[in-house]
Amino acid sequence: MDLDLVARSLPALGDGLVMTLAITGFAVPVGFCLAIPLALARLSRNAALAAPARVFIYVFRGTPFLIQLYLVYYGLGQFSDLFRELGVWWFFRDALNCALLVLVLNTAAYSGEIFRGAIAGVDAGQIEAARASGMSWLVRTRRIVLPQALRIAWPAYTNEVVFLMQVTSLVSLVTVTELFRSADMIAVRTFKIYTMYLTVAAIYLMVSYAIIFVFGLVERRLMRHTAPAPGGSVHRRALAVLTR
Amino acid sequence: MPELLDLRGFGDELASGFALTLGVGLGALAVALLAGLAGAACKLSESAALRAAGFVYTTVVRGIPELVLIIVLYYGVPTVVQDTVRLFVDGFRLDFNPVVTAILVIGMIYGAFMTEVLRGAFLTVPRGQLEAARAFGMSRARTFWRIHMPQMWRFALPGIGNVWMVLIKATALVSVVGLHDILFWADRAGQSLREPFKFLLAAAAGFLLITFVSEHVFAFAERRARRGVRQVAR
Repeated sequence: MDLDLVARSLPALGDGLVMTLAITGFAVPVGFCLAIPLALARLSRNAALAAPARVFIYVFRGTPFLIQLYLVYYGLGQFSDLFRELGVWWFFRDALNCALLVLVLNTAAYSGEIFRGAIAGVDAGQIEAARASGMSWLVRTRRIVLPQALRIAWPAYTNEVVFLMQVTSLVSLVTVTELFRSADMIAVRTFKIYTMYLTVAAIYLMVSYAIIFVFGLVERRLMRHTAPAPGGSVHRRALAVLTR
Repeated sequence: MPELLDLRGFGDELASGFALTLGVGLGALAVALLAGLAGAACKLSESAALRAAGFVYTTVVRGIPELVLIIVLYYGVPTVVQDTVRLFVDGFRLDFNPVVTAILVIGMIYGAFMTEVLRGAFLTVPRGQLEAARAFGMSRARTFWRIHMPQMWRFALPGIGNVWMVLIKATALVSVVGLHDILFWADRAGQSLREPFKFLLAAAAGFLLITFVSEHVFAFAERRARRGVRQVAR
């Protein structure tokens, strides 16, 4: 390990880390907003809603992220004339736009499947009671189903967010300079390959922990009506999640 | 639509890439199962040192992106082995088979996830059964093989299925270190014929085929594994 090089690389790695966090910070909330309607559509009795949602989730969960990314960034170039005519080529020409689009759709599909399971796990008696009280679909979904589903889904959703953050390292392969690429560029220039890769691995490990810690705080708030979970502080439980 | 199905002479390369993807995936699954068994044994061990080793293994692997792990291990492990042997044998050169290396690397990564699946399944078998088997005079190995394994299998299968689905998609990353998998050939064909979308779509279809078949295989295996268990309508 060349610690001097690590110290000198910190500004560049910091910029890369900011990019990684910004990409993750964009894709997670946008993907979340798509995932909820997707899960509801997937559970709908209306086949016109359920079938497209099912196909979307199946295709995005059934193929590697890397192929999805290449399909949008390199693949759509095959139709650049058409896209120019439609006036949307400026969007697909940019690697970052393509990366964000694919990350959002990808996490929407994975989270949608997590929320589908959670929504189906809400106690049937609660829904019957809400119906009997005269709540419309919209009201009972918003007031009864989704809040409880979120509690059920939260631990699995935490894992999904950690995975998504790690998956953003793949957008380095379409020239977006996030954390991994910023380390890779220094590694290639200085030939200190292991120093740089091990440093970047350590940073990813810390970010993974930080995400689990923050989501643990949210979980504690979501579960505030119950007795405090055994196992002590959020920090201890976050460590337990990471090391389970 | 037929135009989309015309692979313009790259069909056999894509097929060989598909075979490599599947081979690396299945090989890595076997390695992951072995590494997972070892990892679970460590984590459940009475020795604090082994438990610590299991802890470090699963924590480090699960906190770092696959891409970083694959690049570091794929290029790193052969070099480390070669340099270590060179301390004793002058001019030692190790010729690594890239496919075998990829299988070992992906297997080691997913072994960490398999460790958790198998550790959980190990604990589902009641201790009394294991103690009874030992009291009958069965050796540790026989107790594991005859009593523990057949029963934990039922609980481990869904988890193994999940790991397999993630593992097979992760094999697409071996194209980054230069292996000729299905994504490598799709990329190559797409670039040379200027039809990237068509060939990448074909690669995606290859993965969908694998995941589709896997779902059915695992559903069958799960039905079979619980055939001796009484089913109650819920």
